[in-house]
Amino acid sequence: MERLPILKIGPMLLVSIQVDLRDDMVIALQEDLAERIVDTGARGVVIDITALDIVDSFTGRMLATVAALSRVLDAETVVVGMRPAVAITLVELGLSLDGIKTALDVERGMRLLSSGGGSGR
Amino acid sequence: MTSESFGDLIERCRAAEDELVRQWRTDVAASLRGRVSEIELDKELRDLLDAVLSAVGSPQGSDTRSPAFGEVRALLVELSRSRALQGFSPRETAIGVFALKRAVRESVGAGPEFQAFSDVIDELGLFTFETYAKAREEVISNQAEQLLELATPVVKLWHGVVALPLVGTLDSARAQVVMEKLLQTLVDTGSEYAIIDITGVPAVDTQVAQHLLKTIVAARLMGAQCIISGIRPQIAQTIVALGIEFGDIPTKATLADALMLALGRSGVDVAAEMTKRGL
Repeated sequence: MERLPILKIGPMLLVSIQVDLRDDMVIALQEDLAERIVDTGARGVVIDITALDIVDSFTGRMLATVAALSRVLDAETVVVGMRPAVAITLVELGLSLDGIKTALDVERGMRLLSSGGGSGR
Repeated sequence: MTSESFGDLIERCRAAEDELVRQWRTDVAASLRGRVSEIELDKELRDLLDAVLSAVGSPQGSDTRSPAFGEVRALLVELSRSRALQGFSPRETAIGVFALKRAVRESVGAGPEFQAFSDVIDELGLFTFETYAKAREEVISNQAEQLLELATPVVKLWHGVVALPLVGTLDSARAQVVMEKLLQTLVDTGSEYAIIDITGVPAVDTQVAQHLLKTIVAARLMGAQCIISGIRPQIAQTIVALGIEFGDIPTKATLADALMLALGRSGVDVAAEMTKRGL
């Protein structure tokens, strides 16, 4: 099964989603991420969804789950690079992803994590 | 019915063509009041007359929907479209066809076969009017689209701060365009702050508020923050009376206040910027 790579950059983990997500990949990602956070003691997770142009409610819930999961493991999640169409879809689906931090791009997302504040909600 | 029903009307029309066109042109020109040049009009009418006469002379001469009338219809479509685009009234457009009847009666004379010819012209007149109306509808829908585009500019106020001055009523269609445009601009310019100025929105009801909230939540999902500004006293009263909650979205009375807030949050030192640019 295809697995999404999780890169470690300094005290953070970076997940860049470059392919169309399947449900089994999403579940594998949640498991892998939890493991990597524990292994590396990472304090932040950046999820880059720039290449994602289709979302469904499952993907939306995945983002919320990943955020909740990392919070339990004392790491913060930032979702970066969401496309306008994706944002509109999520809003229409009623998934406002409360409690997840967001940023326009990876760079800003990392800055947000290292400053430890910013657009937290 | 065949061309026999028109008798020798067509031959007589052909024979008196010059006189006929002159008469026709005079009638049409009177209603157009010089907005189309004589030469242009002459050519238009001659082409049309020629097409009408050959169509009427064909075996299916009384059925305007038959293939024989293809050329006539094409000419009429062209004529009524151009008239509609130039802003002529329906009357001025239709008279171009109906005046042919008078011209034929006066220059050729009304025989018993004139009634059949007149029916054909009436049909063609109605066809012209239909095309005219269609062309006008196209113009209107195009304009509505352009208005939608024009009415939603996104302006850059500062590096990383864009403003969206909303003017006019915000219905669902417009809200959609506004939302998409704002979000796309955020991506294109990499701006982290968006100020939505509602000074020009005449009334805020629950629906408008709903649209605004959706836009703001979508912008947040992308990692940008929105500030609402330009809330007039009456609007503030309405918002409170309707029980609309903006939650933790900052709202300001004026665009200036909103800009100050955005600059403050993004940590811009305006004085230092000005010195750097030599202002």
